[in-house]
Amino acid sequence: MWSLIRRDWQLAARRRVEALLPLVFFIVAASLFPLGVGPEPQMLRTMAPGALWVCALLASLLSLTGLYGPDFADGSLEQFLLCGQSVPGLALAKAFAHWTIFGLPLVITAPLLGVMFDVKGPELATLTLGLLLGTPVLSLLGGVGAALTLGLRSGGMLIVLLVLPLAIPVLIFGAGAVTAVSAGISPDGHLSLLGALLLMTLLGAPWATGAALRIALD
Amino acid sequence: MVTGTSTDAHTPSAATPALHTHNLGCQRGGRLLFSRLNLAVQPGQAWWVRGPNGRGKTSLLRLLAGLSRPAEGHIDRGLPLVFMGHQHALKDDMSALEALQFLTRLHSEPSEDDALLQAMTRLGVAHRRKAMVRTLSQGQRRRVALSRLALPAAPRTWILDEPFDALDDEGVATLNTLIQQHCAGGGAAVFTSHQEVHMPGMHTLWLEAAGA
Repeated sequence: MWSLIRRDWQLAARRRVEALLPLVFFIVAASLFPLGVGPEPQMLRTMAPGALWVCALLASLLSLTGLYGPDFADGSLEQFLLCGQSVPGLALAKAFAHWTIFGLPLVITAPLLGVMFDVKGPELATLTLGLLLGTPVLSLLGGVGAALTLGLRSGGMLIVLLVLPLAIPVLIFGAGAVTAVSAGISPDGHLSLLGALLLMTLLGAPWATGAALRIALD
Repeated sequence: MVTGTSTDAHTPSAATPALHTHNLGCQRGGRLLFSRLNLAVQPGQAWWVRGPNGRGKTSLLRLLAGLSRPAEGHIDRGLPLVFMGHQHALKDDMSALEALQFLTRLHSEPSEDDALLQAMTRLGVAHRRKAMVRTLSQGQRRRVALSRLALPAAPRTWILDEPFDALDDEGVATLNTLIQQHCAGGGAAVFTSHQEVHMPGMHTLWLEAAGA
């Protein structure tokens, strides 16, 4: 499993431009909001959590076609299923590698973009913490979507359509946590729910992904 | 198919077939490719699966490997498996040695540089070990993938789909020798090939019309 994570890091490092594209999308898409809506700080502060979360969500969905697609095409996936290691474990390793390559950079960049929206300290911290809890959920759910759409011609779009509805709770609680802080309420409830979502997907998604991979290769 | 199972309790590896299919049936896209296939591959045997295109050779190998589930019947596997399909499972953006090393690590096979280099030398691709896989020719990729078979290992069942594809005469001879040595060491091999294969003591399985 560790060797699989290391391999994915190595491959990402050799395809740096491809690995950075979702992050660039995140930055560019989030920058469009102040330009489109206008520069009033109050307005920007109000929409910042939602806008940043939606952009982060779309950015992490962008990278999902690369999660299992290339391994499926070159036969690596067959070897994963036959190597005798637990398939959910491998799915978990793939999701973890995906999160470190695509999710973590979003978490790190989000506070910087938050400043652009005039978001203040405590809200920034909550936004980052929310993303830290929420982006792994997106990678795990994305794994299920990516595995289910393997071998389909319009797989890329279908993954997005499959995963987006499942990601709605993450969006609601993630953005809700930041809104709660700005309203002077504790974000603990929202963050706990995000944590619960993370635990649930950690337990469920790798198995679903494994089953979907088996079906894709049958 | 004659199974010929012996009942020598002291040598279980000789008593249990490396691969044993019981009334195996395969359906693809609503079409029955074969049914009631009883094949017993004993350790030490090499089987050449033959038949016209679309008769289910690849499907049979994927069934044997456990990648797909049989429509009917079941398979007993006495030895661990090595499966090599049409694709080589080598990553374009890794060097030949790295790609091979990842595969051997994944399968908990010997993965030290020395062992891998020795195996790659056997297949004649050691000089390309640092080249990126995307710069290798089809034949060279095949040789790198086949290097896995030249690693020292306990007896296993090799399931090879068109392993001779893209290999030149010398490569074919090397693989031939590899398979024979593997079988002599108590392993077994099941493979498909469109080219003529000459191996002493080789068994042939013809996949003809459904029900054969």
